[in-house]
Amino acid sequence: MLSLALAALLLVLVNINTDLLNPVRSHLNVIATPFYWVTDLPRRLLIWGEAVSTSGEDLLMENSALKQELLIHKRKLQTMAALAAENVRLRQLLNSAEMIQDRVLVAELIGVSPDPQRHTVVVNKGSNDDVYVGQPLLDAFGLMGQVIEVSLDHSVVLLATDATHALPVQINRNGVRAVAEGVGDLYVLRLRHVSNTVDIRQGDLLVSSGLGQRFPSGYPVAEVTSIVRDPGQPFATVITRPMAQMNRSRHVLLVFSNFNGEH
Amino acid sequence: MAETVRNTWSMIAVSFVFALMLAVFPVSIEVRWVRPEFVALLGIYWTMYLPHRIGPGVLWVLGILQDVVEGTPLGLHALGLVVIAYICLLSYQRLRNFETWQQAFWVFVLVGIHQLFGNWVHSLSGNDAPVFLFLLPAFSSALCWPVLVFLLDRLRIRYRIN
Repeated sequence: MLSLALAALLLVLVNINTDLLNPVRSHLNVIATPFYWVTDLPRRLLIWGEAVSTSGEDLLMENSALKQELLIHKRKLQTMAALAAENVRLRQLLNSAEMIQDRVLVAELIGVSPDPQRHTVVVNKGSNDDVYVGQPLLDAFGLMGQVIEVSLDHSVVLLATDATHALPVQINRNGVRAVAEGVGDLYVLRLRHVSNTVDIRQGDLLVSSGLGQRFPSGYPVAEVTSIVRDPGQPFATVITRPMAQMNRSRHVLLVFSNFNGEH
Repeated sequence: MAETVRNTWSMIAVSFVFALMLAVFPVSIEVRWVRPEFVALLGIYWTMYLPHRIGPGVLWVLGILQDVVEGTPLGLHALGLVVIAYICLLSYQRLRNFETWQQAFWVFVLVGIHQLFGNWVHSLSGNDAPVFLFLLPAFSSALCWPVLVFLLDRLRIRYRIN
């Protein structure tokens, strides 16, 4: 009994303080896959049922709504093309590196962390699709997190709201840099070390700054919801709300950013 | 005899696989905080009635399996399960004579200890729960206990699991 408890304790300490067990883990993850597959069945059945029972009329309506939306986005893209071209010209004038378009891989969520104290999700793409550890994950609204474990056909993603996660951001309005860290709440990211005099306002959009070479720059991360400037404290308390729908998005994007060369 | 033993082990295995599935079933974050610890509950039940088969050893392996499936640090659940299996082994004779509601109190304490170990391991990597939220599963597990006993007693007697 004592030896078993000690063995468990040793495993915990080795696992938390070193990376020695990571290869073992990625092999053992094969056991985990069927559990996620089975528990995901009810939802897939529901979606299938909805697809089967949707009437033609509803589909036509949805189709026209989607076409309208597409038109609106296309119009936005037209101006974007001009802007992108202008940007490239200006960058050439400045002799700076050209921005390369990021390649993305569409993935689907197949599981969430059963443990409320860890914010991770499981996506249905793995090393077979060249997913790598550290790869950023986006949804339609913003940055979600990064890949921390890769198996053959699925990978585990740490969400930006996990208490152990931090990512470099900047304010979209004026470019002020900060670090957004998770606090273990799905709707909160806190900015670290923002001094009381920094120009930051409620409603400011934070985008990833690309520093740290892990996340590509320019993706929306969070919106500032509250700022408390207490003269007695060295830094202001800045609370932001993540743009990505951490607990709702099902279709997500894995980004192959420009930095992935060294992985 | 050999037939019965095989039967017993397969029933136990099926019950634990089922518990693991319930443990990873995707639910909203609010529900996740109060989800009962099904594996620990089953561990307590089987240790109580089949102490000659289920004990710290089996539950240690099961805890590792739960860690792999849930993606928690290896050993987190194993640690908690070994401790409660040990306490169960010391007290199963008394436990069997308790009323179900008395057992439920005992289960609250046991799962509470399990959660305490879990939260301690989480705290090593900075994921510890705010206030005492991590004890919520102990409450919900105690509430689940009478239902579990009702179902498993029938299963145990019907299939002569021993």
